[in-house]
Amino acid sequence: MSMRLMIVGLALVASFGLSRGLEAEPLRITIEEGIIEPLPIAIPDFQAETGEAGQLSRDIARVVAQDLTGTGLFREIPASAFISTVSDFGAAVQYADWKAINAQALVTGAVSVTGGNVNVKFRLYDVFSGAELGAGLQFSGTTEGWRRMAHKVADEVYSRITGEGKYFDSRVVYVSETGPKDDRKKRLAIMDYDGANVQFLTDSSSIVLAPRFSPDGNRILYTSYESGFPRIYVLDIGSVQRRVLESGEGTMSFAPRFSPSGQTVVFSLTTGGNTDIYTMDIASGQTVRLTNTPSIETAPSFSPDGNQIVFESDRSGSQQLYIMSSTGGEATRISFGAGRYGTPVWSPRGDLVAFTKQNAGRFHIGVMRLDGSEERLLTASFLDEGPTWAPNGRVIMFARETQGEGGASSLYTVDVTGRVLKPVRTPEGGSDPSWSPLQK
Amino acid sequence: MTFKFPAIVLMGALALSACTNPDRFGGQGGFGSGNPTGGAPLNGVVPGSANDPASSAYFQQAVGDRVLFQVDQSNLTPEGQATLDGQAAWLMTNMNYQAVIEGHADEQGTREYNLALGARRANAAREYLISRGVPAARLTTISYGKERPIEICSNEACYSKNRRAVTVLAGGLTS
Repeated sequence: MSMRLMIVGLALVASFGLSRGLEAEPLRITIEEGIIEPLPIAIPDFQAETGEAGQLSRDIARVVAQDLTGTGLFREIPASAFISTVSDFGAAVQYADWKAINAQALVTGAVSVTGGNVNVKFRLYDVFSGAELGAGLQFSGTTEGWRRMAHKVADEVYSRITGEGKYFDSRVVYVSETGPKDDRKKRLAIMDYDGANVQFLTDSSSIVLAPRFSPDGNRILYTSYESGFPRIYVLDIGSVQRRVLESGEGTMSFAPRFSPSGQTVVFSLTTGGNTDIYTMDIASGQTVRLTNTPSIETAPSFSPDGNQIVFESDRSGSQQLYIMSSTGGEATRISFGAGRYGTPVWSPRGDLVAFTKQNAGRFHIGVMRLDGSEERLLTASFLDEGPTWAPNGRVIMFARETQGEGGASSLYTVDVTGRVLKPVRTPEGGSDPSWSPLQK
Repeated sequence: MTFKFPAIVLMGALALSACTNPDRFGGQGGFGSGNPTGGAPLNGVVPGSANDPASSAYFQQAVGDRVLFQVDQSNLTPEGQATLDGQAAWLMTNMNYQAVIEGHADEQGTREYNLALGARRANAAREYLISRGVPAARLTTISYGKERPIEICSNEACYSKNRRAVTVLAGGLTS
């Protein structure tokens, strides 16, 4: 039987395959066009191999399940349906029992706690082929970091079955928001991709905007009004030390992003009311002007190879998307649909640009190819904006602001097919998310 | 010193402008509706109050501290130009004040674009004041984009008030 799942709206088929021989259909979800059913998967509580591991062995299995079902590609079979119980991680799997409840994939695991460290082992089984899918693996870390072990297990399962890159073991930096629209308090926060482990990086004494991760995940660029004027700061996450990137008296600087090397910042600088795009070498502070027009040029984002920059400009009379060399010069317009296009972000895979579109009183998050073709709008609401890519280029997080006097902003994710939209639960409101690279 | 308006007309202007929110982010202005500690001010004018034509409160309320813009526009309307004419005259009379012009946008737009748009608006107001003789060195600009709305509904009644450039005074006599 075919276990191929198809998902609406996208023809991005992973090229990497799991070679299983000719005798069996591989356990494989291919993310492409069409829609069938999420893949049924069984994830029994992991085995506790030490006395202290009881709670963690259950919690880790739950996080693995949440990660996988959260993609919309998997459906978890409830434990109440299980015929077999997994009582020994090393014992042979009773495939017939899992087949009987139509579990196509089975994840088993074991957890041990020693001192302050946790070790998590797992195996993934293709039930209908009656074989393990890939080798068993184990991960170790601190007990406080147990959720990362769960995300690593889920990443392996997701990656082996879909052929896509991993993304669960990642973080998001964003602006945490409280208060009404006319008294909004904003502070920088960092969290796991799923909204767990929120920590605040600044207080709310001044406006902070649009934090962006460095390619190594260790630093953040953001805009703050703490000097009285908008300026770009670079913050070291580990030490929470920050410094301003000076851009000159009487100017405003904002919308920064790192280059793939992490050594250069591309950003907008406003002088005399006119906003253009510049780069700055972080170490020396030396700037290079990339655009020189009376129109607004902002929201620049590097290509993954660092050779090009996608940005927005109203040089045509309305906001549209353009691509230019990372050294400036001639720019090519790529957006031509109805409405206004802003905040372009280059996919880490290099194949797509995500953007915010404003048309007929609605906002959308969308994606298009680099030549502007195959534009797809993934969301629609009163106000959606500010997309950021998951490290594997398959999921986008963005902020949605609700309408009216009680309007508030919160974070959502949507996959690149537009099929799976869901809120990210944060303790306060959220905006301006930036997704980290996969953690090491 | 000559008063621009008879006191009775001035009070009428104050009553009209009182329906506009003062910009909470706009400096030390505020409504000076009277002298809470009592006493008899000279000529009935409390220094620093909105009745005092050299006060920032007077500038904010009687001259008008803000100009409004059309959707996605930064060009000045005739009303905006008239307000700025008054601001320029006031600033040329009260030479000890500096001003920061704050540009703002409504919520219909992306964050980065609105920051740039607010900067355009602030700059349009600044350039106009300079063209009316205010020394450039006394005028700086800042944009808040859509970060600081004063009206919070999601329709044009509020948006039209949020698309603004507000001239916020700094310095001047303390009172």
